[in-house]
Amino acid sequence: MGNKQEMQELIAKRAAKELTGPCVVNLGIGIPTLVAKFIEDDHVYLHTENGLLGVIDVEEDDIDPNLVNAGKLPVGEAVGAAYFNSAESFAMIRGKHVDAAILGVLQVDQTGSIANWAVPGKNIMGVGGAMDLLVGAKKVIVTTTHTSKDGKSKILKECTYPITSTRSVDMIITELAVFEVVDKTLKLVERMPGVTIEEVREKTEADFTE
Amino acid sequence: MKKNIEDALSCVEDHHIVMVGGFGLIGAPLTLIDGLTKKDVKGLTIISNNLGEAGKGLGILLTQNKIKKAVGSYFTSNREVGDYYQRGEIELQLLPQGTLAESIRAGGAGLGGYYTTTGVGTQLAEGKEEREINGIKYIFEPAIRANVAIIRAWKADTLGNLVYYKTARNFNPLMATAADVVIAEVDEMVEPGELDAESIVTPHLYVDYIVQAKQILTKEGVVTNGQ
Repeated sequence: MGNKQEMQELIAKRAAKELTGPCVVNLGIGIPTLVAKFIEDDHVYLHTENGLLGVIDVEEDDIDPNLVNAGKLPVGEAVGAAYFNSAESFAMIRGKHVDAAILGVLQVDQTGSIANWAVPGKNIMGVGGAMDLLVGAKKVIVTTTHTSKDGKSKILKECTYPITSTRSVDMIITELAVFEVVDKTLKLVERMPGVTIEEVREKTEADFTE
Repeated sequence: MKKNIEDALSCVEDHHIVMVGGFGLIGAPLTLIDGLTKKDVKGLTIISNNLGEAGKGLGILLTQNKIKKAVGSYFTSNREVGDYYQRGEIELQLLPQGTLAESIRAGGAGLGGYYTTTGVGTQLAEGKEEREINGIKYIFEPAIRANVAIIRAWKADTLGNLVYYKTARNFNPLMATAADVVIAEVDEMVEPGELDAESIVTPHLYVDYIVQAKQILTKEGVVTNGQ
């Protein structure tokens, strides 16, 4: 696999294919943020939990420091956009008005449970909107590199970090493969171009069916 | 209604609970936070989504050891918070962002609390009352209120009606409802009637004092306006 950016873009591009409008989608921090630039459907409306429906990319010259996404990155305002406060934003999420959420993870396991907010013994103390999105988004898609920096599988038999929700995600997209979660089991539905089944097996700790 | 920073902040006392608007530095009342860094006060409980960034915004209050406890959803944005926590110099209460927002909303709306599905079955639900409603598990979350809320808005009229600017709105309108004393710093003050009544987000009955914003978030970072 090429460099990190290519790998992330490959994952983001594949995730974008899952989004067909009209729908409202919330993008998490990291690879999920990159998904925005690969969405071709004009009727995919991006929601950001800090209070905007109608997120678009912004040109360098038009950056407004008070207009950002949940990752605090500068964004633009689409035609037809709306602003709202944080409580209303999460009412939209918990109230199941958001069709899909694309999230990054630290770990995901073979039941579709994810861990993405805490690492025991480390100073990661931010849950943000992850738990709300897990209970509220109609569909949850995980985008993640298949392995961590030290080469270990991020798709585990069981999460060892604290879980984000008891709800299973619906789909996992990595630079190697796409899995669907069906009845708390993983099903390999696609391999990325040039990836062999042996490589997927070798780099996946979780059990999965083909 | 109009006050200078020092007079407005005279209501903040040792061991007070203070709500601070903003999502990181965006929409944070940077001028009032700066005022708190110059005030002799200690043992504060700060309710805010983040504790600013390292050395910026609420991050300065942290390094001045004025914060006893912080309630928020994303402390990761200021790495120094973790260091203080590991040394036992600050108490932290982590809430999901939607729960933080809704608890403040409930506090301002006269509710004792509410039941939510967010966090059920996770570490953040430990010790919280669980209840099944129509076959779905919920946990109880108590409402949150504060002694003082400091918030940021875009424009105010001299009655205290507020409108906000883009994603700088975030927690500010909620916090405006949930404290005994509410101080709003604003970029612009206008006369009553100059704001479109249909566009007012925070009606004036919530707001006690208005101060002129002097610390502005720009592309280049936080700058102090000379006015």
